[in-house]
Amino acid sequence: MNNQNLPLRAAELRLETLRVFEARGFGHVGGAMSVVETLAVLYNGVMRVDPERPDWPERDRLVCSKGHAGPAVYAALAARGYFAKSLLKTLNRPGTTLPSHCDMNRTPGVDMTTGSLGQGVSTAVGLALGQKLRGFDARTYLIVGDGECDEGQVWEGLMLAAHKKLDNLIVFCDKNGQQLDGYVKDVLDTGDLAAKFASFGFFTQSVNGHDTAAIENAALAAVKEGAASHRPSMIVLNTKKGYGCTFAEDQEFNHHIAFTEEQMNGALAAARDKIAALAPAAGEVTA
Amino acid sequence: MSVTVKTVLRTEEKMMRDTYCRVLMELAETNENIVALDADLMSSSGMKPFMKAYPSRFVNCGVAEANMVGVAAGMSAMGFVPFAHTFGTFATRRVCDQIFMSAAYAKLNVRIVGTDPGVCAAYNGGTHMPLEDMAVLRAIPEMILVEPTDSVMLENLLPQIAAKRGVYYIRLNRKNAAGVYEPGSAFEIGKGVLLRDGGDVTLFASGIMTAEALEAAKLLSEQGVAARVVNLFTWKPADVELIVESAEKTGAVVTCENHNVVGGLGGAVAETLVKNCPVPVEMVGVQDLFGEVGPEDYLRGRFSLNAADIAAAALRAVKRKA
Repeated sequence: MNNQNLPLRAAELRLETLRVFEARGFGHVGGAMSVVETLAVLYNGVMRVDPERPDWPERDRLVCSKGHAGPAVYAALAARGYFAKSLLKTLNRPGTTLPSHCDMNRTPGVDMTTGSLGQGVSTAVGLALGQKLRGFDARTYLIVGDGECDEGQVWEGLMLAAHKKLDNLIVFCDKNGQQLDGYVKDVLDTGDLAAKFASFGFFTQSVNGHDTAAIENAALAAVKEGAASHRPSMIVLNTKKGYGCTFAEDQEFNHHIAFTEEQMNGALAAARDKIAALAPAAGEVTA
Repeated sequence: MSVTVKTVLRTEEKMMRDTYCRVLMELAETNENIVALDADLMSSSGMKPFMKAYPSRFVNCGVAEANMVGVAAGMSAMGFVPFAHTFGTFATRRVCDQIFMSAAYAKLNVRIVGTDPGVCAAYNGGTHMPLEDMAVLRAIPEMILVEPTDSVMLENLLPQIAAKRGVYYIRLNRKNAAGVYEPGSAFEIGKGVLLRDGGDVTLFASGIMTAEALEAAKLLSEQGVAARVVNLFTWKPADVELIVESAEKTGAVVTCENHNVVGGLGGAVAETLVKNCPVPVEMVGVQDLFGEVGPEDYLRGRFSLNAADIAAAALRAVKRKA
């Protein structure tokens, strides 16, 4: 039985993520929008975390190796109660606790510093190895981008994860098909990523990365299958870069973009409409 | 810090790597957080005994140094104290960004051990000869860079390195070093060691150049020049106090390193002195050249890294005094 609230949680998270960018007028919009549903799923039931104890040693960890998706991660952390939502407006301001790329020393709830692509794969492998060595029943979740898979280090890390049978490592590959300079197929075609991950020894699933039920089911299957076969898991998320953001979606160059107030207002209105459509009618009880 | 210097320097009986592995295993016995990583050079690094004693705490990452550094950083975020090993070349220039972001910028707790410093890479040749390893990492904030001089120092430093949080690079000669210190000598990271006093010139030396500097002091003494010899085994943080005090006392300085003179020990000393006590500085080291293949003795001659080269540089420095 899926968490029936997830579509609404994801819609709310998309609105909050847009609002993180709103005050700045620019940012890494595309790659933040494409992982919103995954973050909503992770922080609403899948990950075992406690916002009251962000340093709890036995917690599940999240490494967002595509560190430029930080704004979406921050919105998810604020929604989960790690810090006040009012802080979200401080993105990239001098002295902020919310820098453009994830920083474990600045933001409560961020488990690893990322930004230089590929490196989060290795640190996640180290975390998962460490969790096992400590004997913790804990998992490390990792989000990588498909453009990020250009980095050789990604594959070094995946190879070691499979070799060490890290069944507590669950990776999401955000296959949004775009990178900074254009479409992945044009810049550096990564080919059949799912087949590559499977051949690297991962229990690999492909899902619609904007379908929260599908993501949740895949995460639960990953946990189950990982334990059964002692394999790390890969969930390939078929996504759209900029998804749900009216001015970024369907743009070839939406990795880091500037927007007008009018464009943002349009995107916010669309996000609010989505929430209104999903919100339960007055008096309706949600599980 | 309490140090006794040997009166006669002899090559140590044990290889530095054997001392290294033994001491790390001793530390691992009481500190269960110590873990070791290697990149398919376990046999060269001398870490096989550790792997056999602590198989679950040893991770051979294969020939994937960048991944090794990241895995070490991740393990340190779980409270482990990782020591990651490979040749000095691959431990630094190949993984500079991984050391920068995953370890240092993330303020994690990682030790990188790079073996075969400078001409000690000998028969592996120029491709494997780290003459820039310290320079590459010295520009990263908060890094701690040490080059243990001999086995006595290595044995004394390792417990400190294991105990104190930070990102370390340990420049390790895995062969038999010239024994400079008597057993029981104690050292402090960040503090240089005064090996010999003298009023005319200071010789700041590190690694294999320490014994050469002591020999150079003898040569200079025969020519009536009194050299002060300081073992600067910590390149970062620099021992500003001792560097400045020595320069003030002697008025001329020679730096002696088995490394490119650009950005290394000479750079660290010169940066300190231009700000605090500008005196003539001569730099003995590899003069911005690539390494070559050959026996260590040949390479020391090829790159002018012998006692006679230090003595000649000292005379030049003394002559430049106003």
